[in-house]
Amino acid sequence: MSSQNGTEHPSFYDHRGKYKGIFAWILSTDHKRIGLLYFYSIILFFLTGATIGLLMKLELIAPGKTIVDAQTYNAFFTLHGIIMIFAVVIPGLPAVFGNFFLPIMIGANDVAFPRINLLSWYMYVTGVTLVVISQFTGQGPPDTGWTFYAPYSFRTAGNMIPAVSGAFVLGFSSVLTGLNFITTIHRMRAPGMTWMKMPLFPWSLYATGWVQILATPIIGITLLMVIAERVLHIGFFDPSLGGDPILYQHLFWTYSHPAVYIMILPAMGAISEIISTHSHKAIFGYPFMIASVMAIAFVGYFVWGHHMFTSGMSGTALYTFSLLTFIVAIPSAIKVFNWISTMYKGSIDLQTPFLWAVGFIFVFMIGGFSGLILGSLAANVHLHGTHFVLAHFHFILFGGTGFAFFGAAHYWYPKITGRMYDKVWANLGYLLFFIGFITLYSPMFYLGYKGMPRRYYDYDEIFHGGNILSSMGAMVLYAGIAVIVINLFISLRRGAKAPANPWGGKTLEWSIPSPPPHENFLEQPVIDKEVYDYK
Amino acid sequence: MINPSDIHRQAETAKLGMWVFLFTEMLLFGGLFIVYSVYRLRNAAAFHLAAREMSIVIGTANTIILLVSSSTIAMSITAIRKNNKRLALILTGLTVILGFLFLINKYFEWGEHFSQQIYPGSSALALRGQGDVLFFGLYFFMTGLHALHIIIGVTIIIVVMTFISRGRIHSDRYSVLENGALYWHLVDLIWIFLFPLFYLIT
Repeated sequence: MSSQNGTEHPSFYDHRGKYKGIFAWILSTDHKRIGLLYFYSIILFFLTGATIGLLMKLELIAPGKTIVDAQTYNAFFTLHGIIMIFAVVIPGLPAVFGNFFLPIMIGANDVAFPRINLLSWYMYVTGVTLVVISQFTGQGPPDTGWTFYAPYSFRTAGNMIPAVSGAFVLGFSSVLTGLNFITTIHRMRAPGMTWMKMPLFPWSLYATGWVQILATPIIGITLLMVIAERVLHIGFFDPSLGGDPILYQHLFWTYSHPAVYIMILPAMGAISEIISTHSHKAIFGYPFMIASVMAIAFVGYFVWGHHMFTSGMSGTALYTFSLLTFIVAIPSAIKVFNWISTMYKGSIDLQTPFLWAVGFIFVFMIGGFSGLILGSLAANVHLHGTHFVLAHFHFILFGGTGFAFFGAAHYWYPKITGRMYDKVWANLGYLLFFIGFITLYSPMFYLGYKGMPRRYYDYDEIFHGGNILSSMGAMVLYAGIAVIVINLFISLRRGAKAPANPWGGKTLEWSIPSPPPHENFLEQPVIDKEVYDYK
Repeated sequence: MINPSDIHRQAETAKLGMWVFLFTEMLLFGGLFIVYSVYRLRNAAAFHLAAREMSIVIGTANTIILLVSSSTIAMSITAIRKNNKRLALILTGLTVILGFLFLINKYFEWGEHFSQQIYPGSSALALRGQGDVLFFGLYFFMTGLHALHIIIGVTIIIVVMTFISRGRIHSDRYSVLENGALYWHLVDLIWIFLFPLFYLIT
């Protein structure tokens, strides 16, 4: 095996390639550099999206117009949705930590198609640029929400074409990432790494890759149809020309529900790694974790109709989608039980990533259970389109994926940067984040249950109390994000030097120096032990 | 440094990636086939009548053109395996010419429709009823997207031809040609579905 001493070999930061300066990064095909390019872009867009979110909460702090008018508010939630969904949560874990660690964790020196990998980053940047352009050109920003529902999406004066094209390009980028990961996992595993010796993060990326490939083309073609509809008036989804707007919703959610699993599956994979490492114990029920991740990916295709319970479907379709929605909760529950069983009798090291992982389980369960409430038909009719839905998916998307993203960022920070983050500030940031998160989103359950609709800039006086609480939570959360991000950046210079294996992890990335050398492994690793081989 | 078994491994990897990519392309058109089926079911009579206005002669000619072009590119792989560079160039060149022929036919076909005031957003088409609007809307969108794929495919094959003539593709290393051919077969395959949907089912 390679030397454990990190100072002996130049890291990938010091590697001298063909290009110099910034070009050594933006023209690099090294999966680690591409992962970091994604990291910086995603942090930038996440902060943009979070700032817009904060502005929306400030608008909602009192009834009536507070800081923005109705049209601006519509533009805000549209931009917030497009950026957060397509540019932050979907690429978040796979493109950053997947790119950086997938090849290392399976013992490869890069992904299967390094140049396509770089191309996917460029498509990502192009896509976001198009979305940003849509804000400042044409007849005003898009105001349809991130779902681009027909027929409004081709009737509104808002500048839809760049925004929709941007989402299309981002989808293409996602497909290329998925394609790359699947091929890499099939073809590039180190000698001895059989499928059942592969850690759970690569497994979750494998499942995610299939979802990306099988679902994204559908939204691709649907968005192209929306563009064609706007430009050429073809009539696909326009009732006045014989088209069917409900068909748009079906096509849209055929992608966008599986997309939820693109967001959460890698998060589950990263959480599995964190919990196993910090409990110093093999993951409980490893084969079941794999089976459940694949089952979620599979069943996840057949539940899209639960977004459309009130749109008009046959009774049979309603019952079927509702039943399937309940079934998809089973593998998720298996994962939660297995995480908790992994901690049981483990020797737990209460590091910051572990706190994020425990927080993940907590908020993910709240999000998951509220999903079951929404998945039952009768409750859905009452709660559809209210703040309850808003609370539910923020608990899953931001609570689930967001907690996992920051957990993974702290967990792998020593490996990526070669420095330790400041633990006190990191824990303080986590505390603020957690308190802010719960205060921001919990009141929304109540507000939604009481009937406050989503996507309005104004509300009735009776909702005032809950909204004040929620907006205050937003400020605490925002402060927490600031502490976390600033701490991570300051620790780049001030942090203590990180050893190769600060947590006592057993997966391959901990066997190489921190930060990793350009070729990842100085010698080809051969896997002869079981996965998560703790004694 | 690179030994032949590595090249072989890389070729296998590239092919796997290509197949997965082709899968996404099929799903892209799959979405359109769903839309087509839904609207065909709802406007059976109008779709039936509209399809009779299509020129079966041009459609059949284009089908034959694409089938022949698929076989020429398949043969070019055999030619390159036998290191017959000249024959491989002739066969890939033929594929490109057939691709252009397809597009020329399509140009005249679309031109004929346009001259009859049949195009998306045309008011004359709107007067004929919603079924016709949807049929021709789908027709222009799907064959248009397919024609775009033909253009991409032809571009890929032209690039492959320059590789062959420079000797970068040869009997030991022809995965680029093979993957280009796979793409071309996909373009052919999609047309095999489009042809009956718009021309034959009446």
